[in-house]
Amino acid sequence: MKMPRETMPVLDPKERSKNFDEVACGFTLAQSQLEASRCLDCKNPRCIEACPVHVEIPKFIHEIIDGRIEDAYFTLYKDNILPAICGRVCPQEKQCEGACVLGIKGDSVAIGALERFLGDYALEHQLHKPTDIVDNHIKVAIVGSGPAGLANAASMRLLGYDVTIFEALHEFGGVLKYGIPDFRLPKHIVEAEIDRLKELGIHFEKNVIIGKSITIDQLKNDYNFKAIFIGSGAGLPSALGIPGENFSGVYYANEFLTRVNLMKSRDFPKSPTPVRIGQRVAVVGGGNVAMDAARTAKRLGAKEVFILYRRDMESLPARLDEIHHAIEEQIEFRLLRNPVTFIGEDYVVKQVKCEIMTLGERDSSGRRRPLPTGTYETFDIDSCIISIGQKPNPILKDATIGLEVNKWGCIVVNDYQTSIPGVFAGGDVVSGAATVILAMGAGKDASVYMDRYINEKKN
Amino acid sequence: MYQILEKRALNTDVDWMVIKAPLVAKNAQPGHFVILRVDEVGERIPLTIVEHTDSTITIIYQKLGFSTMKLGELEIGDTIHDLVGPLGRPTHIRDVSSIIAVAGGVGAAPLYPQLRAYKAKGVNIELVLGARDKSHLILLNEYRALCNEVHVCTDDGSFGTKGFVTVLLERILQEKTFDHSIAIGPLIMMKNVVALNDSFELATDVSLNPIMIDGTGMCGNCRVSIHGETYFACVDGPDFPADGINFDELIVRQNYYHDQEHVCSLGLKHK
Repeated sequence: MKMPRETMPVLDPKERSKNFDEVACGFTLAQSQLEASRCLDCKNPRCIEACPVHVEIPKFIHEIIDGRIEDAYFTLYKDNILPAICGRVCPQEKQCEGACVLGIKGDSVAIGALERFLGDYALEHQLHKPTDIVDNHIKVAIVGSGPAGLANAASMRLLGYDVTIFEALHEFGGVLKYGIPDFRLPKHIVEAEIDRLKELGIHFEKNVIIGKSITIDQLKNDYNFKAIFIGSGAGLPSALGIPGENFSGVYYANEFLTRVNLMKSRDFPKSPTPVRIGQRVAVVGGGNVAMDAARTAKRLGAKEVFILYRRDMESLPARLDEIHHAIEEQIEFRLLRNPVTFIGEDYVVKQVKCEIMTLGERDSSGRRRPLPTGTYETFDIDSCIISIGQKPNPILKDATIGLEVNKWGCIVVNDYQTSIPGVFAGGDVVSGAATVILAMGAGKDASVYMDRYINEKKN
Repeated sequence: MYQILEKRALNTDVDWMVIKAPLVAKNAQPGHFVILRVDEVGERIPLTIVEHTDSTITIIYQKLGFSTMKLGELEIGDTIHDLVGPLGRPTHIRDVSSIIAVAGGVGAAPLYPQLRAYKAKGVNIELVLGARDKSHLILLNEYRALCNEVHVCTDDGSFGTKGFVTVLLERILQEKTFDHSIAIGPLIMMKNVVALNDSFELATDVSLNPIMIDGTGMCGNCRVSIHGETYFACVDGPDFPADGINFDELIVRQNYYHDQEHVCSLGLKHK
């Protein structure tokens, strides 16, 4: 008899949509072992290949079944330094779980949930493997403390380098802090994972903007960093480019989420940074950021929160779990609606006018292309949160002569090496806005090339 | 940490402060600003770097809102929790031979580094310095030392000419011509100065100070419509040629959190 996939317990939708507590509660040990036992232990495991950092998934699953939880954790940690985070935010259905053979005819193994279990177990039990780092006293600098930078830092540190991470904001973690809300990724988890990196001896410097406070040239010449990794992410919001976009009440998701997550507006006035959204909130976009924004607006007390998305339900790029959770929390999906103009009074937004779309042929993304119909629908709103993507921040590019970028502002690399010798880059600043795990994969892989570069220079 | 090395009151509402911040000072230029947080839950507030040395920066702030009042409670020797910069684009110092500058209230602070840069180029500078009343005039002596001529006005007539800066400015423009103008002060003042200058076919640069969060081009709170195009004051500014700026939209954006600001300040007064 086939065993059903274990389901992760979640908080009651009605209750949870009033607070910022974590929605998904995680597996117990017993649940994890039951779920692990569903693994078919394939001869050619496709899950490893589908994981951007190639975690040895079948191995840690075996170890869970055998009750060797510490071993399982270290198997995981070897390839993924932020398991408690990735277990929560990876789009597993498109990666490991999407490749799982069980998924062909039924439900794949809940690999993400198992990863999270191990990550949480390690934090709870303070698991540490004695690391035998041999210091080589060669300085490397990392720009940005998001997933790409953290992964690069860990890999470089384990190779013995003297690693300093520079962060522009006043807290470390990048998008893990300012972007992803607590109900999906509690901030104490991020803190705990970062603390583990500090224990490896990585230096963390906040409030330093590379390109402004210190230029790339100064890092090399004045501070003697032998290689630099740029992992500054994609922080520049994409605009709709429609009339009324600068009315008060129209936010980019970055601003809205940064106010609530990083500046803790939800605790206003205890935290003095306010946020103001009113009762009727439209969120434009269909990705994870849009889901985060909509669910955050609901938690701040908005009565009516709806997603405006120009394609259909199947085309939503967000993680499946997030879409399900949003539906449970009564976020409405007003599909095939493409905003064309904001209507305001005295520069404050009152309505958003949308063109009704229809779906045509499949485009290069494999999704059916939205086509205009010439008919419109207008919604009354108190605020609108635009969540249609992010591009790399241009500060570093503008400040660094010779740093080549493409037409989207993404840094051009060859084997993670930018157009400037000794300066490497990876993550969203190269790929455009993507996922935590892809950024981590890039940070980890780049370390190999940085190490090679430094060694070649030495000889 | 960012230690306060010097502090003095310029008047009851406005303080002058020197802060140790070597990494900000290192690359600072006229027009740059910083973002600081007073304590671990503090708002991120933008302030112009008025002067800097190799390792220190000078700021001038008006204790108007919750966070600037908290900043005003700190004393010499105390530290500021977070401070980052230099942010923004440096001021574009134009190739001109005469300038008429206009400063309203605490707008005299961000104007100072700009006029110093113009002075260093040998530009003839006249300044209209306005404030609510005599006690709210700041940097008067500094400007007298810097400018070829300083015209002072106060709303209540307690010092200099009585009336708004535009009254005095109009009188000057009727008599003299200038190559260029700079106006820094409340949005409504800048709007009116720009309109007046326009009528004399005199181009104006302004410095904007909208609400900001990160100050690095990430959040978009500080966006400004100029000829229908969107700019971010934090990374594209804060100084802009005034032509085409939608001041009315900016004024609404500036006041959007006015009620919440009030809630916070009440809490402070009740302590």
